[in-house]
Amino acid sequence: MHEALKPYVGKLPRSILEEIEEKCPASKIKKVAEKALEEYNTAMIAPGEAVGLISAESIGEPGTQMTLDTFHFAGVAEMNVTMGLPRIIEILDGRKTLATPMMEIFLKSPYNKGKDIRKCALLVKETTLGEIVTEFVIDIVDLKIEAKLDAEKMALLGLTPARLAKAVSKAKTLSKEASVKENKEGNLVLKLKGKEEKGLNDLYKLKETARDVYVCGIKGVTQVLPVKRKDEFIIITAGSNLKKVLDLDFVDPNRTMSNDIYEITENFGIEAARQAIIEEVFKVIEAQGLNVDIRHIMLVADTMCVSGAIKGITRYGVVSEKASVLARASFETPIKHVINAALAGEVDKLNSVVENVMLNQAVPVGTGLPGLVTKVKKGKLK
Amino acid sequence: MAEVYLNGKFVGNVENKDEFIERIKSDRRSGVMSANVNFYYDAKLDQICVESLRGRTRRPLIIVKDGIPLLTEKHIKQLQKKEISWKDLADQGILEYLDAAEEENALVAFSESELTPDHSHLEISPLCMLGLVTTLVPFGQYIQSARLSIGSKNQKHAIGFYAANFPVRIDMDVNLLHYPQAPIVNSIMNDLCDYDKHPSGQNLVIAVMCYKGYNMEDAIILNKGSIERGLGRNSYFRPAIADELRYSGGLTDEICIPDKEVKGYKSEKDYRLLEDDGIVFPEAVVKEEDVVIGKTSPPRFLSSLEDYSLASNIRRESSVALRHGEKGVIDFVLITENEEGNKLVQVRIRDQRIPEIGDKFVSRHGQKGVIGLIVPQSDMPFTASGVVPDLIFTPHGIPSRMTVSHLLEILGAKTGALAGRYIDATTFGSEPEERIRKELLSMGFREDGTETMYNGITGEQFQVKIFIGSMYYQKIKHMVANKLQARARGPIQLLTRQPTEGRAKEGGLRLGEMEKDTLVAHGASLLLKERFDSDKTIVPVCEGCGLIAIYDAQKDKRYCPMCGDSDVNDIEISYAFKLILDEFKSLGIYPKLQLKSKY
Repeated sequence: MHEALKPYVGKLPRSILEEIEEKCPASKIKKVAEKALEEYNTAMIAPGEAVGLISAESIGEPGTQMTLDTFHFAGVAEMNVTMGLPRIIEILDGRKTLATPMMEIFLKSPYNKGKDIRKCALLVKETTLGEIVTEFVIDIVDLKIEAKLDAEKMALLGLTPARLAKAVSKAKTLSKEASVKENKEGNLVLKLKGKEEKGLNDLYKLKETARDVYVCGIKGVTQVLPVKRKDEFIIITAGSNLKKVLDLDFVDPNRTMSNDIYEITENFGIEAARQAIIEEVFKVIEAQGLNVDIRHIMLVADTMCVSGAIKGITRYGVVSEKASVLARASFETPIKHVINAALAGEVDKLNSVVENVMLNQAVPVGTGLPGLVTKVKKGKLK
Repeated sequence: MAEVYLNGKFVGNVENKDEFIERIKSDRRSGVMSANVNFYYDAKLDQICVESLRGRTRRPLIIVKDGIPLLTEKHIKQLQKKEISWKDLADQGILEYLDAAEEENALVAFSESELTPDHSHLEISPLCMLGLVTTLVPFGQYIQSARLSIGSKNQKHAIGFYAANFPVRIDMDVNLLHYPQAPIVNSIMNDLCDYDKHPSGQNLVIAVMCYKGYNMEDAIILNKGSIERGLGRNSYFRPAIADELRYSGGLTDEICIPDKEVKGYKSEKDYRLLEDDGIVFPEAVVKEEDVVIGKTSPPRFLSSLEDYSLASNIRRESSVALRHGEKGVIDFVLITENEEGNKLVQVRIRDQRIPEIGDKFVSRHGQKGVIGLIVPQSDMPFTASGVVPDLIFTPHGIPSRMTVSHLLEILGAKTGALAGRYIDATTFGSEPEERIRKELLSMGFREDGTETMYNGITGEQFQVKIFIGSMYYQKIKHMVANKLQARARGPIQLLTRQPTEGRAKEGGLRLGEMEKDTLVAHGASLLLKERFDSDKTIVPVCEGCGLIAIYDAQKDKRYCPMCGDSDVNDIEISYAFKLILDEFKSLGIYPKLQLKSKY
């Protein structure tokens, strides 16, 4: 690093220092750094600034203009993605089950140029027996079902009848009911098990359960859609299962994304989740054509993630963590909070805004924050 | 085989449905069956539904046979001579009423020219699709439908000549326009409902232009000279009512000038306008809080007073006075009895309302506006011939709202005013624009209605031609004088000690949750505190038990009734918080305050 920049280490962020060094002629570095520090300091938030409230207003005000219930179709094909206000509510509430979970799977080198793209997509998709069977032939006499297989699809999925039979017989819903075998023509034969008399009805039931039996692919992925984005192919999915997808050898684990914040937390940790919240919320706000500074969203994401686990902005999440009884009671379900506080003998230190407004005291923000340094002699007020 | 339902209940099958339908139809038209019966054939379900119950909206249509309407010129002539009536037409089977369901089976022609042999009915007039008031909107076919509805709704709020017997009526909250005029541009409904006998607006000269920005955002500018000549002037009437109620024990209210002994006696000045019978005299000029009807009532709780014979005859003051901010002249005094035979006194207060900034005016096209500025006549723009507009309307109100009829009315009324005739602007049957323009041109004006105008302040000629003409404008009953509200100090609520809410209670304007947030966001902590000081109180708090202690003003001592001699200090909190502490206590929760010096 340049000699003139050394005193600024720790005072300016590294990225700024690097930029100065890179772009400035050596003779001017000192002057530029001096000016940069001055600018940097004036841009900093002053102590006592009500950042949270400003963030809330900055997100809330444009939020009122957001069109409710916009469904946005990602790309050309019909894939339904929750956008707009419902999506923001979903993220900020910290919901575990999303309305439309989704993944964007990036592929490794030869595959992202379009090699075997159909096969890759099929491998990701959850395949059930019904999808690779062309016809279920019911044999009433022997009480068995012959499932004729689609050879083309089998080949694409890399399945042989023998392996398929093994996979199908493992299924919990089926294993008690029927035995699965392959026959000479390369088709599956399902035969009813059990000693007691079985009828046609049971056979039909078996057919229906057999249809939904999981064969291969990734559970939870109900739809796949290979799309060309810029100059590479990616796979967009409906349904999300990051853990399984990342195990696949053709998937680029560094760029593959899910919109399920909880899955991201489980697989990559809380920092990744924080980033995901920021990106997801910002994506929606941008799509609506609104202009919200990303730092407001970052602050919200930070509050949601500080504890190490995701906490929604609800009475069960962030609000329940508040120290003040009065603040909690003034949000939702006041009776619950007051009674519990009474039982536990909680003490309210009156440290934040709401409580002080209730008591008509100066709120500890802005001009209400600084106190006297001089100690006033203790004595009775007269 | 079609199923037949009568009023929704299955009654049987018919072999030949066409014959059946034909039969009821002819029976109804010939009068064998009630004209109130309607039926409907559903081809999909093969059902005939016959309805005869009440509650179906029905409308009249002219019956058509083989492409020829049954209503002929002869009938119309007879109608005009009043030889036959509407009922006769219905009885003769020339008209019939269809309900919504039967309309599904009918093919109705909009006008006579489009009739074909397939048509079963003919619309009486396309105007039928509009309501009575909506028909009053001129040139209704040249307006966005939403604006048509708004225009119709606005007319219902217009101040006019509401009843001819108004001098002897006691109405709650009514207005009477002083110089009502019949509209120059009118519609067929004007004649049908004798609109000219109870008009509700005035024909104003209006210029479509800007004036120093005082008419932006739908504001309008009025000529002060016009106002002084009586434009938009009206009287506002409100009654004050008092009756002599009877109470148990033979006690009654008494309408009189209250005695000075009476509990709650106001002051001699407040009763100065009352005559011996305790009622104001007509034409008295009254201000806010002046008593209009003096009244006393017996004490509220009789039983508790019986023991103290001394106090038992003290009555309560219950006079009727003018509300806060009200003024006027006593117009009419009425003394009668109510249904129970008690004495009832009604006093009507009249107030002259001269248009002022904030009063609302509308044209008949859903173009509302409040007065933004009243300009002296000398400063108003004028035309080459010296015409000064009464009202200046903003041009920005036109493009987005698409009220073309508004412009056509200006053009039409200008022509009508100059030619000395009324212009028929009935929706779907108005005079053609072409003709109006030609007539205007023939009188030596520009056919598009624009004129060269001059700036009233500088006398300079405007670079553009200004669209100027006449138009029917209405004053709306929402006047600022009834809505204006401001407060610095005033009444508070008993429970919370916070300011009251609402204009009637002289209330404050709430600085709500979100407004509070803006102050916090600015870090204006001390301002916020001051703003919420309206219910602040100082209470003594015991340091020992943390509950509210007692201040003995006589001994100037603070003590805690529970702890005896513990430290007691005064704290400043909002009364609402003191209240919630009390509510906690009533719930069995012990809210202990721990005091700490702020500094």
